[in-house]
Amino acid sequence: MKVLVFIKRVVDYNVRVKVRPDGSGVDTDGVKMSINPFDEIALEEALRMREAGQADEVIVVSAGTSDCQQQLRTGLAMGADRAIQIDTDKPLQPLTAARAFQALVEQQQPGVVLLGKQAIDDDNNQTGQMLAALWGRPQATNAAKIELSGDTARVTREVDAGLEVLDIDLPAVITTDLRLNTPRFVKLPDIMKAKKKPLDVVALDGLVSDAGNDLKIGNWSPPPQRGKGIMVDDVAGLVTELKSRGLL
Amino acid sequence: MSTSPLMDLRHLDFLLYELLQIEQLTQYPRFNEHSRETFEAVIDLAHQLAETQFLPHNRKSDLNEPRMVDGKVVLIAEIGAALDAFNQAGFMAVLADYDDGGMQLPFVISSVCDALFSAANPSTVAYPALARAAANLLHVYGTEEQKRLYMLPIIEGRYYGTMCLSEPQAGSSLADIKCQAQPQADGSYRLTGAKMWISAGDHELGENIVHLVLARISGAPEGVRGISLFIVPRWRVNADGSRTERNDVTLAGLNHKMGQRGSVNTFLKFGEQGDCHAYLVGEPHQGLAHMFHMMNEERIGVGMGAVQQGSAGYLYSLQYARERRQGRHPDQKDPATPPVLLIEHADVRRMLLQQKCYVEGAQALGFYAAMLVDQALDPDKNVRRESHLLLELLTPIIKAWGSDYALRANDLAIQILGGYGYTREYPVEQYYRDNRINPIHEGTNGIQALDLLGRKAMMQDGAALQALFKRMAASAQQAAQLEGLDGFAAQLLSGIKLAGEVTAATGQRMLAGEARLALANATHYMTMLGHLTIAWFWLQQAMIAQRALPDANAADVDFYQGKLQACRFFFATELPQIKHLAELVGDADQSALAMRAEWF
Ligand SMILES: Cc1cc2nc3c(=O)[nH]c(=O)nc-3n(C[C@H](O)[C@H](O)[C@H](O)COP(=O)(O)OP(=O)(O)OC[C@H]3O[C@@H](n4cnc5c(N)ncnc54)[C@H](O)[C@@H]3O)c2cc1C
Repeated sequence: MKVLVFIKRVVDYNVRVKVRPDGSGVDTDGVKMSINPFDEIALEEALRMREAGQADEVIVVSAGTSDCQQQLRTGLAMGADRAIQIDTDKPLQPLTAARAFQALVEQQQPGVVLLGKQAIDDDNNQTGQMLAALWGRPQATNAAKIELSGDTARVTREVDAGLEVLDIDLPAVITTDLRLNTPRFVKLPDIMKAKKKPLDVVALDGLVSDAGNDLKIGNWSPPPQRGKGIMVDDVAGLVTELKSRGLL
Repeated sequence: MSTSPLMDLRHLDFLLYELLQIEQLTQYPRFNEHSRETFEAVIDLAHQLAETQFLPHNRKSDLNEPRMVDGKVVLIAEIGAALDAFNQAGFMAVLADYDDGGMQLPFVISSVCDALFSAANPSTVAYPALARAAANLLHVYGTEEQKRLYMLPIIEGRYYGTMCLSEPQAGSSLADIKCQAQPQADGSYRLTGAKMWISAGDHELGENIVHLVLARISGAPEGVRGISLFIVPRWRVNADGSRTERNDVTLAGLNHKMGQRGSVNTFLKFGEQGDCHAYLVGEPHQGLAHMFHMMNEERIGVGMGAVQQGSAGYLYSLQYARERRQGRHPDQKDPATPPVLLIEHADVRRMLLQQKCYVEGAQALGFYAAMLVDQALDPDKNVRRESHLLLELLTPIIKAWGSDYALRANDLAIQILGGYGYTREYPVEQYYRDNRINPIHEGTNGIQALDLLGRKAMMQDGAALQALFKRMAASAQQAAQLEGLDGFAAQLLSGIKLAGEVTAATGQRMLAGEARLALANATHYMTMLGHLTIAWFWLQQAMIAQRALPDANAADVDFYQGKLQACRFFFATELPQIKHLAELVGDADQSALAMRAEWF
């Protein structure tokens, strides 16, 4: 069985992002970039499936300019067998990404598709769901535990009310949550091995005919600065204050 | 702006790829499978491990010194966990040959990794650093069997190692060491004696500890020409590599230190039962020479370790100065106006600039020297010769100037935090304490200064100094063509002239048999030549910044402006100090030498 893992190149979670003064987006000049942490968890899970003998090939895929080959190489150094870069110089919105991923999924015929539940740059939490719908296969999002058996998977999901357990047929799309696993560190010799593993490049418009984004982004601005706090005398004062602001 | 507490990563990239252009090293066959991509991946991994595995227990180590329980050393568990991660990732083998399971990376890359680990936690990184030094020595001087039994297990992360030079009565003066080695019929030796200050001398982190010990074979000549180097395993090892019984090495006590408390420091006794098995490494009586073979690398490591503590303090105090508000400008006394940020005050900017100049200048020098180590592989004999000469000269400067000025940086970081900096709620006081060892060990800075002036500056008729001056003058010539930098070029050239003159004057005195007088101001000479060298590195950084500015993006414009301003600051406030220091050396000032013990 093949496992396909989609990984996104995003601004490292340690970086305090700044909005460009002209409001055209977030400043990424000279900023450290990494694999989206949720996607790293997805990749780790795929590697564990292979190590447990449940999968025989792990393929990492990323969409972006050749810059994202850096993250693909990291994925290969972590242990993926091969990599595919979907080449595009446009930032992809979830639906466009899902369409491209669907085309690739149909070419590669994986048994499991893993993605992070969301990317920490835009926090959309949509691509996995859209991909499953387009592909017409089951989905389980926010996975905290995945158990494969034959052609089904039991996925424990983290939901607001606690845990929910789903049995789904494979092939399926599973999106991963924070507590699923702790990704391994790369080993130095594997960095060298990763250089020799196959990395194919396919053009975005070779996968989707109309790769245009459907949403128009107007303007970016930083969140408003936090206002000054006030001191209240007692609980009653606090309640009054909250009510007067329509917060209670 | 840097988001790493360990190092300004933009500055690191600047040093490696703009100043040093380390990609050139991939032309050497040893490194030709590497590329900028692998260098970056390795550094990235080091950063990730340093931040997640080393940094979090830096304070805990400080608060929980190693203890001796039932004759065994107890360390906090986080040290072992961090080193397991370090070993599993393969950091023990960054320099080793592919054939030995290594990564065959350039020394400069290994130095960058070490720099990140030591900024995160200098005491935990001491364990693998010492082990690697032992492995390096065995790589050069060990027999095939010694390499198999003792070096490979270190590279694999199973064994640790130590360097046992100092004795209670012999620290700076190794000529006076007393440990004895009795030859045995089977070719091995039995060792007796005591070693003081041995870092990582006893612990349970690995399966074994390989002590590399300096001792005298019975009947050996007095002084440094009678010292040999021995392997003393903590556990004896069979020919097939399996571990047998404990060797006769006893942990006689622990030293309780001011800083770097996580790295256990021991007093060891050898052969109390007369049964300490030891194996000669290399030639008899050549022990000190063998040991010093690796010293350039070790001393660059100590200097850079110091500079990285300086860096941690600089970055912390910079962040603090950007956040704390206090006071108003001298011309704004109105209490109704909000207080300004600390970083607005000229005197705080001075303290930040001093730190920036010391730290970033010394980092440039340190990585430059690390690259000189790699240039030993250059196909051109002249390049090899010149890199070696420069390395010999620059190493004591990195060690001594680096550790002196990094400590000043730590002192300034505390000052910027004011009262808070003096408390244990903030990390800067620990940086200072942890850093205070660096002017002392690996040859005190006083000894380094004597080595610099008495040997390195004089050797081969001053060939090393001439090579350095030639490179400095070449930079000055280029800088003279650039707007705004021509004045600095002239300043650097006159500094070179001055340093040349006082070195010559010292040489004359030494020839005239006045060594004691000639070397009386060696520490001032160290500061002078150190300042001149760091000025050279600031001028080089400024030149790159000046050329890059027209095409730089917004973030880089600030970065390069910072480089230019730091250069201006160093040439305005620091470099002029060398004139006075040069006078003291050139005129052989006697005010210290002529003092008498009874006059104190
Ligand atoms: C934390 C720590 C870790 C250490 N780790 C190790 C280790 O792993 N292995 C090891 O072998 N050693 C180790 N050492 C020992 C260290 O190298 C010595 O402390 C150092 O060489 C100085 O020796 P000393 O302490 O005997 O001081 P001394 O030699 O007594 O020096 C005292 C002072 O006198 C000055 N002085 C001495 N001789 C001269 C001279 N000829 N001219 C001018 N000034 C002079 C020195 O500069 C110094 O300021 C360690 C020490 C410490 C504190």
